[in-house]
Amino acid sequence: MKVSVVRNILEANERIAEQNKALFQEHHLLVINLMSSPGAGKTSLLEKTIDALKKDIRIGVIEGDIQSTSDAERIARKGVPAVQINTGGACHLDGNMIRETFPEFDFSRLDLLVVENVGNLVCPAEFRVGEDFKVMLLSVAEGDDKPSKYPLMFHESKVLLINKTDLLPYVDCSVEKIIKDSLNINPELTIFQVSCKTGEGLGDWYRWLHESVKDKSRTFKDGPHG
Amino acid sequence: MHEMSIAQSLITILQEEMAKHGATALRSVRLSIGEMSAIVPESLSFCFEIIIEGTPLEGAKLLMDRVPLRGYCPGCDRPFDIKDFVFVCPTCGSTKIETIEGQELSIVEMEVE
Repeated sequence: MKVSVVRNILEANERIAEQNKALFQEHHLLVINLMSSPGAGKTSLLEKTIDALKKDIRIGVIEGDIQSTSDAERIARKGVPAVQINTGGACHLDGNMIRETFPEFDFSRLDLLVVENVGNLVCPAEFRVGEDFKVMLLSVAEGDDKPSKYPLMFHESKVLLINKTDLLPYVDCSVEKIIKDSLNINPELTIFQVSCKTGEGLGDWYRWLHESVKDKSRTFKDGPHG
Repeated sequence: MHEMSIAQSLITILQEEMAKHGATALRSVRLSIGEMSAIVPESLSFCFEIIIEGTPLEGAKLLMDRVPLRGYCPGCDRPFDIKDFVFVCPTCGSTKIETIEGQELSIVEMEVE
């Protein structure tokens, strides 16, 4: 007997992600899902961003790694709440893992929650966790062929930060090619060129992120729920 | 790779659907896998076979149809093939397009006893 089914295989995760999102909305919290390959500089970017913005906005961080708590410790040293998730082998975070961290946070005292995903250019793009949008980081040392090799992540992200631009004299990587190929995959992508090492270009990213946090809280103030 | 968690989600849904239809065995299941979804069909088959061993699903065939990317331009009111991951209308050059196919990861049909 043939039976027509038509169900999204990831529906269970989508459901939990929607519930997470509803909770974040209640707290007027902007949530970003930060993704990249291992070693592209996600944690360094977060450290710099926290230093720059923590006097203006209240930030919390969920750190996803297969193993170790070193990233959460690095973030906690910045004086913001940080919770480590160890996936124990899984290559991405999902909605349920994020939900399990909720007792560790007081969301009413946060403006921005950053979910630093497991370093991987493939799988995290497929699993929503309840974020407002995805931000991805690509370092120039990885090469300019990454948008065409991993289109899904570039397509799903709202922001691309091209990191380690201080290394450009030493690597064969065309930033122009990265930008051109990324915009073909995602014409709406906002792109920043930064170096977490020298700080170059980070100011634009800080301002953009700060504005996004303000927009989120303004939406609620002016919105139908008063 | 995340094919193992996909396979587990798939099997949860199949077990629900089998119970709903009073089925005792699964012969095959057909999936639609979009060109844009980050799935390796061979890995998914491998994970699926491992998980269903010793269950009422054992022996089921996993059939997968790859769905190419298709876009729709509201300005031109026409659908088109998205080639080489270029998300731009080939007629008017607009970037305000919708992706209508090619991102799915869904079950379409199953054959049960």
